[in-house]
Amino acid sequence: MALVEIRDVYKSFQRDTQRIDVFNGITLDVDEGSFLALMGPSGSGKSTLLNLIAGLDKPNSGTITVAGSMVSAMTPSQLAPWRARHVGFVFQQFNLLPVLTAYQNVELPLLLTRLSKKERDERVRLALGVVGLDDRMDHYPRQLSGGQEQRVSIARAIVADPTVILLDEPTGQLDAKSSQEVLALLRRLNSEFKKTIVIVTHDAHAAERATTVLHLEKGDLIRGDAVPSLRSDAAAAAGMPR
Amino acid sequence: MKYLPLVLANLGRHKKRTVLTIISVALALFLFASLQTVTTTIASAANFGNARRLVSTNATGIVFTLPIAYANRLQAQPGVEAVTWANWFGGRYGDGKRFFATFAIDPKSYLEMYPEMVMPEEQKQAFLRERTAALVGKSLMDAFGWKLGQNITLQGTIFPGDWTFTIRAVYKPTDPQIGEDVVMFHHEYMEERLGRPGQAGWYIVKIDRTDRAAPIAKAIDDQFRNSSYPTKTGTEQAFNASFATMWGNVSLLMGTIGMAVVFAILLVTANAMMMSARERTREVAVLKTIGFGDRTLFGVVMLEAGVVAITGAVIGLGGAKVLYKATHFSGGGFLPGFDVTGSTLALGSAVALVLMVASGVVPAIRAARLPVISALRQVE
Repeated sequence: MALVEIRDVYKSFQRDTQRIDVFNGITLDVDEGSFLALMGPSGSGKSTLLNLIAGLDKPNSGTITVAGSMVSAMTPSQLAPWRARHVGFVFQQFNLLPVLTAYQNVELPLLLTRLSKKERDERVRLALGVVGLDDRMDHYPRQLSGGQEQRVSIARAIVADPTVILLDEPTGQLDAKSSQEVLALLRRLNSEFKKTIVIVTHDAHAAERATTVLHLEKGDLIRGDAVPSLRSDAAAAAGMPR
Repeated sequence: MKYLPLVLANLGRHKKRTVLTIISVALALFLFASLQTVTTTIASAANFGNARRLVSTNATGIVFTLPIAYANRLQAQPGVEAVTWANWFGGRYGDGKRFFATFAIDPKSYLEMYPEMVMPEEQKQAFLRERTAALVGKSLMDAFGWKLGQNITLQGTIFPGDWTFTIRAVYKPTDPQIGEDVVMFHHEYMEERLGRPGQAGWYIVKIDRTDRAAPIAKAIDDQFRNSSYPTKTGTEQAFNASFATMWGNVSLLMGTIGMAVVFAILLVTANAMMMSARERTREVAVLKTIGFGDRTLFGVVMLEAGVVAITGAVIGLGGAKVLYKATHFSGGGFLPGFDVTGSTLALGSAVALVLMVASGVVPAIRAARLPVISALRQVE
């Protein structure tokens, strides 16, 4: 049984008088422990799909189930604690709270749990250790590089040990070196800690790290293996022979 | 409590704005406490009075005097235990900017009438002995830096000329309504200097039983009804209350000003909270993505408003309490016993609570209802 089950989902947006159809009956399974990359042109619905899985948005019809919970049927008051327990979300723009230190930012999801201060402290230190920033825990976001900020953001996403980690263009704001560090970290989280990861990216390097690549085009999903141009572009960008 | 670091960090985002908002709240509540205390002090003064003391004044008005010869006739009235008298002198000291009351009193009988005025026995005796001696309240001594044994010269405003007295005694009242911004001297000395006009400003009469106050007052007034100097006698409390009514409807005025100030600060605080919340739209959306629920976010924003209001209340109300106590403020003698009461502090705390709710509720609801997707799209 898949960890994330998306069944016959329709989603459209109303912009003024115009109706924009994003998904027309999309169906997708994400297996537990997999590392899925979603690629596609701007406006293809990649981020929308991520938001639907996280319960931040609702489909017009169809069902979304994550770890046995039908997310698409939950009320906002049910979704908040569910998200705290099951979803770790990483944004392109890091979205750390500038007034909090790295430690305090990572601690945020744990404030919603019943963990004691000591238990929270252990978890925060562990998460910052995993992303290699245990020596930067008292630094504010403005005192960190972009790559470090994104690693703190990943630490915040994993600290509550969520069921699935969702990343929306996590390397979009980073230079090549920082991107490599973040992607290596994600790979490690998947292979070593068996975390299920869904990443939305334009970055072919990022897609190369995934175990599965899906291409979204005009609301339809195409398996990456079936998109030779994509594979060849990714290979070229990674410096590999075609 | 685990959200407190988040709340404090948010407030520390714009330190100047937060500090200025807290100062605004503190000043508003300081002013509120001060104005409210004016009201409570006047009310308290109106309620002050020993039930066994009656005051007789000239029936025409307090500014008119009564013959000194009335003392013996009052003493002879059935039910009367003791009689004393006093005159308003109206002296001023130095440039006259610091107002205080000056009374000419019959020393022995006056001090027996008012055991609430406490002083060392040797000072009391020194005051009683010396014709030009003065008895001064402790706070007035402190205000002018006067010393025991010092000569002070008052300029008479009603009775012209320089009047020099030697401070022989300093009193401290056991009841704050007695007032400490007062200079008292021998009525006999004034009589002597003025050529013995034989006049007293008012009489204070001590009666044997409180339940006989009304018939004794009536009997006194009946006795002098057809004389050249008819009297108007009432309880000491009624006498003090008549002064309180001279302030007019001060309570309403003070209350109105106080609430207007608080309302103005409410708008300032609410505006600051709204600005603070609006600047954090993205962060609220991020917190919702992390899993913060609507109620939690509502609580966090309300807690921020609470920290501002409570800090302001502690500074404003606590400052008023401490400042007036430490400086023995008495409104230049017009407001003896000026002290921020517990009920005023409670009322001020309630105002702070209203301030917290009113300034925090709109941004808190906005934060709780913020749609995550559109908020994230706005910034990405």
